Amino acid sequence: MPDSAAMLDVAGLRKRFGTLEVLRGIDLTVRPQELVFVIGPSGSGKSTLLRCCNRLEEPDEGSIRVDGVELLDPRTDINAMRRQIGMVFQSFNLYPHMTVLANITLALRKSLGKSRAEARDIGEAALARVGLADKAGAYPAQLSGGQQQRAAIARAVALEPKIMLFDEPTSALDPELVGSVLAVMRELRGAGMTMVVVSHEMRFAREAADRVVFMDAGAIVEEGPPEQIFGAPRHARTRSFLADFGG
Amino acid sequence: MDVFVSQFLNVEIIAQAWPLLLRGLGMTALLCAAVIPLGLVGGLLVALVCLSRHRAVRWPAFVLVDFFRAVPPLVLLIFIYAGLPFAGIRPSPFVAVCVAFLLNTGAYYGEIYRAGIESIGKGQWEAARSTGLTAGQTLTWVIIPQAVRNVLPDLVSNTVEVVKLTSIASVVALPELLYSADMARSLTYNPSPIVAAAAIYLALLWPCVRLLSRLEHRVGR
Amino acid sequence: MDSSTIFLDAFLNPAVIDRYLPDILKGMVVTVEVALAVVATGIALGLALAALRSFRVRAVNAAIVLFVDVFRALPPLVVILIVYFGLPSVGITLSGFAVLWLVLSLVLAAFAEEIFWSGILSIRKGQWEAARSTGLTFVQTLVWVILPQAVRMTVPPLTNRTIAITKNSALGAVIGVPEILMQAQTAQSFSGNATPLLLGAIAYIVLFVPVVALGRWLETRFAWGRS
Repeated sequence: MPDSAAMLDVAGLRKRFGTLEVLRGIDLTVRPQELVFVIGPSGSGKSTLLRCCNRLEEPDEGSIRVDGVELLDPRTDINAMRRQIGMVFQSFNLYPHMTVLANITLALRKSLGKSRAEARDIGEAALARVGLADKAGAYPAQLSGGQQQRAAIARAVALEPKIMLFDEPTSALDPELVGSVLAVMRELRGAGMTMVVVSHEMRFAREAADRVVFMDAGAIVEEGPPEQIFGAPRHARTRSFLADFGG
Repeated sequence: MDVFVSQFLNVEIIAQAWPLLLRGLGMTALLCAAVIPLGLVGGLLVALVCLSRHRAVRWPAFVLVDFFRAVPPLVLLIFIYAGLPFAGIRPSPFVAVCVAFLLNTGAYYGEIYRAGIESIGKGQWEAARSTGLTAGQTLTWVIIPQAVRNVLPDLVSNTVEVVKLTSIASVVALPELLYSADMARSLTYNPSPIVAAAAIYLALLWPCVRLLSRLEHRVGR
Repeated sequence: MDSSTIFLDAFLNPAVIDRYLPDILKGMVVTVEVALAVVATGIALGLALAALRSFRVRAVNAAIVLFVDVFRALPPLVVILIVYFGLPSVGITLSGFAVLWLVLSLVLAAFAEEIFWSGILSIRKGQWEAARSTGLTFVQTLVWVILPQAVRMTVPPLTNRTIAITKNSALGAVIGVPEILMQAQTAQSFSGNATPLLLGAIAYIVLFVPVVALGRWLETRFAWGRS
């Protein structure tokens, strides 16, 4: 049964790469304003799950509803839906040939059809929000990793998405730069953004997540509030994974 | 369609011209056997001179390289073949082609080697010199082998260009493949022999071009 | 006469320069016209083909690869002769200028396509994904995100290749296009003196050395070490 109140409703999702089954029937519901953390060993399918949620990967089977709209329906305008699903990548993927501001305004102008001035205003507001108001004219190569990732978050936020997907947003960062990115995510959460985060930042998960989902071998093993997953995991696989992480 | 076949793919005429084409192909092969080694060796010398530590050596070399890259090879060839006799030097067509190619393709090969040698880090030099190798030994045994491997696609690509370029020898009446084909064309008033020559060039060079395209795209990724 | 006077008389004869320099200059104009026309159409066509290739339609791509391979493998002079002597016999007559422009444009397009395609392939997948994730369409992503980066990376190799191919305008002499070499050869046979040939060579140096130097500069400038 699709949950009509859900912001993201994934049901029976399957994805195969050749003979390898990476997602083996995933069911996941994310309610508005919820922050769901997805953890699990590498190769467990968590990134693939996230990438299916805006169809960067095409699932083989199942259903993905975002705010009630079926993403896998061929009649769905996927580009319009993607504007409502913000995506933040591990490697930032800023456009190196454009200024930070132009990175943000590109989709506003070309996809939403906003005027140059309007797009600039929105872009500058988004940059101010991630603490980069003074970097609008800089090129990505002139920024630190943490600043690049915040700019990438601003690029997604500027489109006013209904939900944001974070694919290991801090994994490519030097430890001392992680904090600034997490601070931005914390601010987004405070503002009521619905978020799905694939990450190994367990401390952040414990502190900020509403719910933690543990995945292994293409399936969800268990999910629950962070106190339960980190404090009293029910499943042996969850326990051994968390033990490897030192809690 | 019939007009097209009789004008471009006339089997009878191609059969008539075939012995001539084969002789031309033999001359093209001979020419390649002369000018490719000349260019490869000459280019290496050019690169070494261009990499000299002495400004007074390096700069004239750069000027000459740019000079020969700016002049079309056909112009160079005609200058040597038709111009030098005025200075009392009468090169045969074959010699004229070899000299023109040495100057032109030497400059191009030189630029490729230079890029290759420059791509090798200073650490390799220092490591080799620290084990007591001389500069010449370092160059021969450490730097050049790595440099050549790094620019192999460019060397092959330039060699394909050199083979194609041998066709301009037809302009100074050296009876290579294109000259023979054009001769057959003017005798029969039918362009089919040139189409046949094109097919021969394709048969020779297509595999190289395919290989190159693979090498280039692999490097690109 | 000593040898240096003989040399000057044969290669830098003032009377011959005076008489034939205007012809060489006229040839330079024609060479520049051919070169500009070839660069414009060749690069535009090459870029269009590379963009088309990124749609990855199997049959279309096979045709593009075939086109590129053939024009990379054939000596341009061979193609020029086929087109120049062949087309009239099937009822199409093109001027020497048109043949030269057409053939060199196709050759440049083939090389340019290959270079642009390499550039497109070298752009990381994340760039496509980031753009698509903000709702840009495939074509918008190609035009605004991928091609600007790909083209910039291809500037040095493309410049050098373009110079090499536009220099082939000298092949026009073989089919009667009145460019520099043709003018120089004609003048040489009328004057019985090698001066026009030297003038011709100098004309090419005047035209192309700046471009070659530009290519050298671009190579260092764009040496993608943007850190």
